[in-house]
Amino acid sequence: MGGGFDRGVFHWFAIVLITLGLIMAQPHVDWLTAYPKDMIVPFADWLNAIMDWLVTHVGWLFMGVSWLLEWPIKGVRVVLQALPWSVTAFLFCLVAYIASGWRLALFTLASCLYMVIIGYWPESMNTLSLVAISVPMALLFGFGLGVWAFYSRRAERAIMPMLDILQTVPAFAYLLLILMLFGFGTVVGLIASVLYSFPPMVRNTIVGLRRVPAEVIESGLMSGATGQQLFWQVRVPSSKRQLLLGINQATMASLSMVIIASIIGGTADIGWEVLSQIRKAQFGESLLAGLVIALMAMVIDRVTSGLATQSGDYENRKGAQSQGWRRLVIAVGGAVAFYALAKLIPVLEIWPRDMEFSPARSMNESLTYLIVNFRKEIEAIKTLAFFFVMLPTKIGLQGSVSPFTWGFELQTWHSLVYAGGMTLIGALCAYRFNAYVAIFVLLFAIFFYFGLTKMPWPALLLIYSFAAWRIGGLRLGLGTFLGLGFIVVTGIWPEAMLSVYLCSIAVIISFILGAGLGIWAAGNATVSAILRPINDTLQTMPLFVILIPFVMIFKIGEFTALLAIIAYAIVPAIRYTEHGLRNLSEGVIEAAEMMGCTKRQMLWSVKIPLALPVMMLGLNQTIMYGIAMLVIAALVGTNGLEQVVYIGLSDGNFGVGLIAGMALAIIAMIADRMTQAWSRNRQSDLDISVT
Amino acid sequence: MTSKATASTDVKLSCRNVWKIYGDAPAQFFDAGNGVVDAPQTLAETISSSDHIVANADVSFDVHVGEIFVIMGLSGSGKSTIVRCISRLVEPTAGEILLDGEDVLKKSDAELIDIRRHKMGMVFQSFGLMPHLNVIENIAFPLKLQGIGERERYAQAERVIELVGLQGRESNFPNELSGGQQQRVGIARSLAVEPEVWLLDEPFSALDPLIRKKMQDEFLRIQSVLHKSIVFITHDFQEALRVADRMAIMRDGAIVQVGRPVDLILNPVDDYVREFTRDVPWESVLCAADVAEAADGPVSGLGRVAADTPIDSLLGYLGDHADGVAVEAADGSVIGVARAANVVKALATGSDADPADVRR
Repeated sequence: MGGGFDRGVFHWFAIVLITLGLIMAQPHVDWLTAYPKDMIVPFADWLNAIMDWLVTHVGWLFMGVSWLLEWPIKGVRVVLQALPWSVTAFLFCLVAYIASGWRLALFTLASCLYMVIIGYWPESMNTLSLVAISVPMALLFGFGLGVWAFYSRRAERAIMPMLDILQTVPAFAYLLLILMLFGFGTVVGLIASVLYSFPPMVRNTIVGLRRVPAEVIESGLMSGATGQQLFWQVRVPSSKRQLLLGINQATMASLSMVIIASIIGGTADIGWEVLSQIRKAQFGESLLAGLVIALMAMVIDRVTSGLATQSGDYENRKGAQSQGWRRLVIAVGGAVAFYALAKLIPVLEIWPRDMEFSPARSMNESLTYLIVNFRKEIEAIKTLAFFFVMLPTKIGLQGSVSPFTWGFELQTWHSLVYAGGMTLIGALCAYRFNAYVAIFVLLFAIFFYFGLTKMPWPALLLIYSFAAWRIGGLRLGLGTFLGLGFIVVTGIWPEAMLSVYLCSIAVIISFILGAGLGIWAAGNATVSAILRPINDTLQTMPLFVILIPFVMIFKIGEFTALLAIIAYAIVPAIRYTEHGLRNLSEGVIEAAEMMGCTKRQMLWSVKIPLALPVMMLGLNQTIMYGIAMLVIAALVGTNGLEQVVYIGLSDGNFGVGLIAGMALAIIAMIADRMTQAWSRNRQSDLDISVT
Repeated sequence: MTSKATASTDVKLSCRNVWKIYGDAPAQFFDAGNGVVDAPQTLAETISSSDHIVANADVSFDVHVGEIFVIMGLSGSGKSTIVRCISRLVEPTAGEILLDGEDVLKKSDAELIDIRRHKMGMVFQSFGLMPHLNVIENIAFPLKLQGIGERERYAQAERVIELVGLQGRESNFPNELSGGQQQRVGIARSLAVEPEVWLLDEPFSALDPLIRKKMQDEFLRIQSVLHKSIVFITHDFQEALRVADRMAIMRDGAIVQVGRPVDLILNPVDDYVREFTRDVPWESVLCAADVAEAADGPVSGLGRVAADTPIDSLLGYLGDHADGVAVEAADGSVIGVARAANVVKALATGSDADPADVRR
């Protein structure tokens, strides 16, 4: 969409007018504000009915599967619990050493010692045993589906949307489904974790198999390979690195889901520990337990990604066979030695309770001290954000400006000045940039004055659908209309808008801050070096853990949720911006330099426009991360769809929870498709391609 | 042109009216599978205008035993497709591929695998090496697929490693090798099964010019030892001249002209072929026999040269001897006389001489 006046601008202008008209009509027409109750389609009830039928009639089947699956979990559990901690820790360190070397081995050792000394070793092993069972299942399943999708276009067309749904529908929504079908217990965590972690394996399998160069396949064929030989000896080994990346992603997904699934309880694992400590407001303990999860995630991530990177340097693999034997001997020998040692020195077998060291109490005390002494500052930050950003976005300036909040009453002349000012800014934008920017400003001004949740739903439906149509074509427009229409007729539009409101603020702040940091990091190696490990840590951290520090200081509420979402969603914004700015075509940069660009001109007129498609993908990821965190943030008290999902889970109302979960997935998918389409448009305009 | 090998005239491999059409229903254009049609050109145009892509149109040629047959063409001319049709990496739409008189296209999958395992070897432009195997494993890979034991296949691989001069590199992985070395691995792998037909798809196009020249020399050296029947694809006319016994020029999927390089240079069928020959250093391509004309008098007083002497080595002599030089065949009989004027005339064929520049 270039500048100048084309028909699209008039369409948009018409839509702005319609929106204003609908807002004017709002006080006189009830159904514009709230979709009429008696017209709500009771999808939730139907789902519950189906569910009841399933449970009564085929429930035995699921229960049987559940009973079968219990065994391997129990088996691994018993082994991990029975082994002296020193043996297990030794084996972990050895694997870490093989995957990446001494440094990771030391880090693994430190992590294990932390778990032992802090007293969370048994809980950690329970979590691990679930991961250990779910990952192989997810890998096998994912690899199989990936291969199928690789060979059959039709299978691919069926599988891909399924993956989208599994990865976007919040876990809380289908935890209940699994709970009802498979019964209470560790199996729920296992199945949820398999469902959540096999999609990345499918994707990586397809990508890996596809990326094998045609000439490698042809040379395999010309070497006289049969179909089986071609697959196992050419395709699979050539895509090994991508497959190992799939293993890395699947393992991380599995761990995070095991943690989330512990919300249903009864698992005695580390996720449950964190959650129950948060609920008891024992922040020191919850942080210490959270750190266990974070360490576990980091070790698993580094080990699996280390294996993936290693698979590329074939030089290091010389004499691999004899090395493999030697390693096996060391592993077995070391394990036996440590076992014997543990029998002699009991501390190496089970760490005694009275030797546990927990700084939780002193942490709690210092936190209390902090909160008591900085109460005023904390409150001030909260109030500022609440009165001047969150509330206006939610219920509009119209609703939020009052003597109590802003210190004055909203008079008619205030509104007129606001309207006039915004129109002026809009006109300026039309003059300086193009008409689309102006329309964007106008729409934003309207939202901010009337409030996102107070807008008439037909107007928003119209705006979103039209935007989707303009950006992504007729199909996306229609899809958006139907998707949002589903949310309207199921009667959860108000909650949906609460989710959109919280997530939008978080995404906008994350993106602005993140892009700023990314620009800074792209131009400054030190900043980049400082940010990278922070980003890595935030990204591997299970979402749960990110909540803890914010809840500790700001207590439960929307503001805490907002901060937690920002902390998580800022990562892709930083990453993609830096990546986009650092990977521009050198020819263009040199040409611009030779034209005499100043540093500022270079950044704003050359680099950022060229990096924009990549930054848009960053925005896309920011939104996805934002929504993922939003779901978890329901734990600290928000009011949107995510809360409906959570309540559905805790009340055992499957239908309500699933509908809300689907609505969240719909919102996520619309945002995803729109930002992707926008990035694609820009890419084809600039004739570049971003992967 | 110097003849590189004394190729026999026995046909090893033969393409007969091969067509490759891409599109929704390519078979609809052919009644019979053998690809014989009355007016190939008209058919190709019909196919193109009905939303199908003609990759190969009515391609026919023979490759003799022990001969290097070069297929030359610009990108998109269908030369890579035809070599893939021969190896059945691409399934032709119509036509016949005869290997030792038997139609490869009629072979079952198992028979095809057998042919690839024993009779054909192929070299690829971007090498097509297995990234996860080291040099010797890559070269022994076709043998491994046949189920040959490790000791035996490594021994055989070692022989071809020597042939291509990669000794000492056995345990390196492809990403540790230069382009030239990688292609040596590709060549060695294709030779490991001792194929009779050797297909090379732009083997040296991805290499730097200097390396390319060296590899061409190596290639000719290997061929002088092995005498394979070769199909060699290239887009580089100079390369074609260097290696070809005979060559075909392709355009839009069809063959424009087939012949010895010198035939193409002296008698290009159209402007397309002439365009390629324009920048050829004629004096190094033409030999004495190509410019000689029948003697119109006694040749006893003249100097004598062999028929395959390149002209560039005669230029000085001809400048000093206006009577020219007698050209004799291998058996000592005189073919004719070459004079400076003949050379000038032959060289002029390739240049755009404009008579208008000449003032009277």
